[in-house]
Amino acid sequence: MRHAFSLKRLWSRGAIYATLIAFALYFLMPVYVLVNTSFKPYTEVSIARMWELPQGLYLGSFSEAWSKVSPNFLNSLIVTVPAAIISSLIGSLNGYIFSKWRFRGSNTIFLLFLIGMFLPYQGILIPMVLTLRAFGLYGTIPGLIFIHCVFGIPITALMFRTYYANVPDDLVDAGKIDGCGFFGIYRHILLPIAAPAFAVVLLWQFTSIWNDFIIGLVVLSNPRLAPVTVAVQNLAGSFTTEWNIQMSGALIAAAPTIIVYLLLGKLFMRGLLAGSVKG
Amino acid sequence: MAVSQTHLSALSPTVHKRRINRDLVIAIVALTPSIIAVAIFIYTFIAWTFYVSLANWNTSVVDYTFTGLGHWERMFNSFRFQMDLRNLALYALGFMSQCIVIGFLLASLLDQHIKGEAVFRTIFIFPFAVSAVVTGVAWRWLMRPDTGINLLFEQLGLGFLKSNWFSDPTFGILFVTIASSWQFSGYIMALYLAALRGIPAEVREAAQIDGCNTWNLYRHIIIPMLAPVTFTAIVLTGMGAIRVFDIVMVMSGTGQAFSTDMLATHMFEQMFTANRFSAAAVIGSFMIILSALLVVPYLLSVRKEQEQ
Repeated sequence: MRHAFSLKRLWSRGAIYATLIAFALYFLMPVYVLVNTSFKPYTEVSIARMWELPQGLYLGSFSEAWSKVSPNFLNSLIVTVPAAIISSLIGSLNGYIFSKWRFRGSNTIFLLFLIGMFLPYQGILIPMVLTLRAFGLYGTIPGLIFIHCVFGIPITALMFRTYYANVPDDLVDAGKIDGCGFFGIYRHILLPIAAPAFAVVLLWQFTSIWNDFIIGLVVLSNPRLAPVTVAVQNLAGSFTTEWNIQMSGALIAAAPTIIVYLLLGKLFMRGLLAGSVKG
Repeated sequence: MAVSQTHLSALSPTVHKRRINRDLVIAIVALTPSIIAVAIFIYTFIAWTFYVSLANWNTSVVDYTFTGLGHWERMFNSFRFQMDLRNLALYALGFMSQCIVIGFLLASLLDQHIKGEAVFRTIFIFPFAVSAVVTGVAWRWLMRPDTGINLLFEQLGLGFLKSNWFSDPTFGILFVTIASSWQFSGYIMALYLAALRGIPAEVREAAQIDGCNTWNLYRHIIIPMLAPVTFTAIVLTGMGAIRVFDIVMVMSGTGQAFSTDMLATHMFEQMFTANRFSAAAVIGSFMIILSALLVVPYLLSVRKEQEQ
């Protein structure tokens, strides 16, 4: 009996690992194609030999793709870094207020923030363009940074509120008794322990702003100013561009967020969970 | 603590109270810019879009003349919009079912004390860190009829599985969901995995003592316990289906006879290619209504749960 049981167990363990490995291969398949094609010269790229490994490590596709998308890569960096930092700072203050300074109606306001976070951008694109144009910000990088900061308000408030909610209220009360005011409590009690929350929120905002396509496409219609996602789409959209260049361009565009994810996967995971509203 | 106590006695209760009231006012003032920003850039803009949908703005020149629901009627009667609705139904079906089934399956498998769990987890979640544009570039190449997966099928002797993928004039949009689910399933897996880890070991032990096999354990105990996560997953993937834009633009575009057109791509073309702003606003407003129907009940139920 015991023997039969363990045999059955062995079989089910095998099935579990086989399924996981099959899915892992499936998930890695597009990566294989991207990386594999990127290291081939154009003469080696053919529809019949797509899955074959390159004959040597050819770096020419990367340098050519880089020469095409590097200005846009820089634009993305100029937009993403300040927008991520500013929206994290705003979120940290808002999350502090929503969790520690509740007033009548604050929960309703928070709920309205959250609803706003979920609604699709298509419902606001037309007024957004008109308003940016009226303030001379349409088609400019500061305009795009501003928009990303505004649309980052709900999610960053949610993430910081969740984090600060776990800070005992007694600590805040002690601060009040010690004569700390609104900003004193923020600076002396919450900020010193908020580093992990800042890391999670910064990472989250960096990833989502870097990967944004629609806002960048709408606000920065000039291809020279466009973010890297739009540049990669333009590369891919023109059928004359060689596949190896399209693939290496895509890899260059994906590199910052992939590197950040591989280095800080745990924080990314926490952002995933904090961003889902649940709890 | 001694310090606080002296402070407490030094401050009379009324001074202390007044101090807190003053700080509460500061808190509200500090929150005000964000409230104004959300009120303008989200809620006023939505109302503005609704108004444009009722106006008569069909060229690049702004025209706010009120015309009523005419643009709505024309939109709902147009072939392209009806294709969008059909495609949304197909896309939602494909995307939601793949994300939830794959996400749940992978989470339950990873929860079985797997060696190398971290490696698997990293592989399954990393597509979420990649933009939809990059995802689309890779899958567009994979789904070319003359190479990619078809070539792989042929080499593996599975030639009968060959497909036109997203170029299929009827079900092309379903194949786009393969790529978008590839990107999003890992997120759903992460949600399920966190919830599975939150189920106390006693629950499983008690079930085992009662002679419950694995199938029944999942069927009658674990899956019902995960219902809130499934609800979240339905809302998140449903929202993803309503708003999908990037990946469709990169992979298939609007397709042959709009076979892969979606609300967002249609809206974008009405706005930027045709300058038909009122028509674009109809689609934008419709997307807001659809999303609100999904999101508002969800957020209200989450809030109710937290209050209890």
